[in-house]
Amino acid sequence: MSDMTLGQGLNTGLRQSLADDDKVVLLGEDIGSLGGVFRVTDKLQSEFGPHRVIDTPLAESGILGTAIGMAWRGFRPVVEIQFDGFVQPAWDQIVNQVAKMHARTVGRVTMPITVRIPVAGGIGAAEHHSESPEAYFVHTAGLRVVSVSNPQDACTVLRQSIASDDPVIFFEPKRLYHVKGPVEVEPLESALPMSRARVVRPGHDVTVVTWGSHVAGALDAAEAMKDDGVSVEVVDLRSLSPWDSETVVESVRRTGRVVVVHEGPRQGGVGADICSVVTERCFADLAMPPVRVTGHDVPYPPAKVEGHYVPDMDRVCYGIDQALGRVPFETFTPATSTEVAA
Amino acid sequence: MPSTTDPRTKDDLSQAGESASSADTAHGGARDHVPAGWVQRDTENGARHLDATPDDGGVDHTPVRLIDPDGTRHEVPELDRWLDDVDDAAMLGLYTDMVAARRIDTEATALQRQGQLGLWPPMLGQEAAQIGSSRALREDDFVFSSYREQGVAYVRGIAPTDLLRVWRGAAPSGWDPYEYRMAPMQVIIGAQTLHAVGYAVGLLLETATAGSGAHGGIGVSRPDSDGPDAPERTSATISYFGDGATSQGDVHEAMTFASTWSAPTVFFCQNNQWAISEPVDLQSKVPLVERARGYGMPGVRVDGNDVLAVLAVTREALHRARAGLGPTFIEAVTYRMGPHTTADDPTRYRDRSDLEEWSGRDPIARLAAHLRDRGVLDDDAEAAAQQTADEVAATMRAGVYAVADPDWSTVFDHVYAEPHAVLDAERDAYGRYLAGFADNDTQEAAR
Ligand SMILES: Cc1ncc(C[n+]2csc(CCOP(=O)(O)OP(=O)(O)O)c2C)c(N)n1
Ligand SMILES: [Mg+2]
Repeated sequence: MSDMTLGQGLNTGLRQSLADDDKVVLLGEDIGSLGGVFRVTDKLQSEFGPHRVIDTPLAESGILGTAIGMAWRGFRPVVEIQFDGFVQPAWDQIVNQVAKMHARTVGRVTMPITVRIPVAGGIGAAEHHSESPEAYFVHTAGLRVVSVSNPQDACTVLRQSIASDDPVIFFEPKRLYHVKGPVEVEPLESALPMSRARVVRPGHDVTVVTWGSHVAGALDAAEAMKDDGVSVEVVDLRSLSPWDSETVVESVRRTGRVVVVHEGPRQGGVGADICSVVTERCFADLAMPPVRVTGHDVPYPPAKVEGHYVPDMDRVCYGIDQALGRVPFETFTPATSTEVAA
Repeated sequence: MPSTTDPRTKDDLSQAGESASSADTAHGGARDHVPAGWVQRDTENGARHLDATPDDGGVDHTPVRLIDPDGTRHEVPELDRWLDDVDDAAMLGLYTDMVAARRIDTEATALQRQGQLGLWPPMLGQEAAQIGSSRALREDDFVFSSYREQGVAYVRGIAPTDLLRVWRGAAPSGWDPYEYRMAPMQVIIGAQTLHAVGYAVGLLLETATAGSGAHGGIGVSRPDSDGPDAPERTSATISYFGDGATSQGDVHEAMTFASTWSAPTVFFCQNNQWAISEPVDLQSKVPLVERARGYGMPGVRVDGNDVLAVLAVTREALHRARAGLGPTFIEAVTYRMGPHTTADDPTRYRDRSDLEEWSGRDPIARLAAHLRDRGVLDDDAEAAAQQTADEVAATMRAGVYAVADPDWSTVFDHVYAEPHAVLDAERDAYGRYLAGFADNDTQEAAR
């Protein structure tokens, strides 16, 4: 067990996977001598060779498409997409090809491909470098989708993703790359399955469900609300497809109130699905309608105003206040925005 | 004609004595244990690559050039016929543009280091490629560029402060694209090449001969001559992109569409040898200019550090486009002297010797040497150019300091061209939320 950054946790996970299975190959732009723009693949090419850690030509569709061919041949490609906005050129290969291959070959061909994507904003980046595209992938049957919030999960969930026989979209919140924490290369058999959520702070008044970089914000909000006499339970969802409704439903049945926090846009976002299922499963237990605290339905804004887009602790607290009926309930829909009054 | 070769061409490896300049041979030297037909690249961090050498297929890929690195001017009739009007004053203008472009670039790098900009992609070393090509454009031609074309933007008349708004993170784009006929800089590698083709096809569709292409489709009847005297019928578009971008499907599709429709467009590829950490031979085993042939369009490989040669070949390509002779692919062979962006650390992947070699081919020093030989550039003229550049930089710096942070409500602006009820409700709700803080502050203050 040693302390390392989330980026180093990923690096450790990749190294272990490369060592465990010689069918694991890494593909991406600038992942060799540069070690990736976030240094996640640092030194892996010199350790494992340019035939295991492969700098590809600059073409995302090409990377994903050839990864598919390698998977056909029994390899386990781990693809690095340089930034969230650059996954879109690979759209066809991911959505029409990777996601459907197992079903259309009637289970004969597996696609154990992991697509690592640095995700989300809050880092003052340029256009197309701060996107939260998780909903597109969650909406695509055949893909598993995960997002990590700490160095230990970075290492373990990445190893689990690579070991999975299904394609996994693996989101790495850029804001967390330098956040430190303990990491152990744990045995995968005894690790928490990657599809399970984790309650990272127990509480009994309100449940906050989130993932990735917003787990820290939710914990801050929980601490702030404690001073206000409110006990907040925080669930790190970890896996977005499938998502762990058991853990969430169990929590909301106890608290009767739920706030889902995510950075991606609101409309058709992952939060909408969670709120819907919570309403179906916890209808009688709910004291208030489920609350969503999300990015707006706008293109990610320029860096100087991104603070008005990315949900921060204040907005999470405000969402909790809505769930508690302390402030007017906002539905963000036309004309009805003040109809549901506390 | 002396050659400036891509450092990884066969020429360079075999050190073709009589045709290689001293700067070219500097890259050669003993290479142990490298089989014939392969080239070894060692990087300072210990990585070693073995690559097949680009096969020139018997074609001479020596980039065309008018001015040697030492300032010697060559007469090349095929190029010179496009430069009849380029007198001493015009050359001094090109020189001043390059000095100003470099000054904008170094000032912006400094502004980034000082925290005034979030990021900056330096174009250091690519001044001739950018100034030469953009000075070939007419006002009514349209530019679709990548993120590094600050020199092009400057020549289009875009205020350097406006150029920096995006890099400061203060605006989604900095200028009116229709006013300057230059689209916002494109970050998604290669996407803009298709836009340039589509715009060019739009130009064709407006002409009387729109239906004269193959099968009566998009096209234009061919002129009798392909020389400077061929009548021009439309304006043209130009797309700027890098060596790395040539691997993107979008770029290949753009070349296919442009060729099949005879679109009045120019593909201007600045081969600066690197796509972040990836050398150009990772994108292509043959010189990039070879791509053109496969798509059925002429390809020109030009010394991208020779502003006159770049001007000449781009003028010709644009003329061909406007005259109805279809697209041209230009590979401007140059070098990215700086990091990929201010966030990059090139020491991780490339050798200092490369830099030394290319600094001997500096585009500004080259034109300066030529103009000094001609007696056009003296200390006073050089100081005058520098002063122009300093003024541009000072105005830009002052302008950047004055750029206000945008208001929160701009986050919701211009998402749609027509009203959108859900978005309007979101804006209202967020406004109420923010107003709540203001109310709290007022109550606090009243206490
Ligand atoms: C679709 C896409 N993939 C990846 C990137 C990340 N990226 C930004 S610049 C760059 C290299 C581009 O190299 P090149 O085309 O040679 O242009 P240069 O930067 O040298 O001007 C990469 C990989 C991107 N911007 N867009
Ligand atoms: Mg390049």
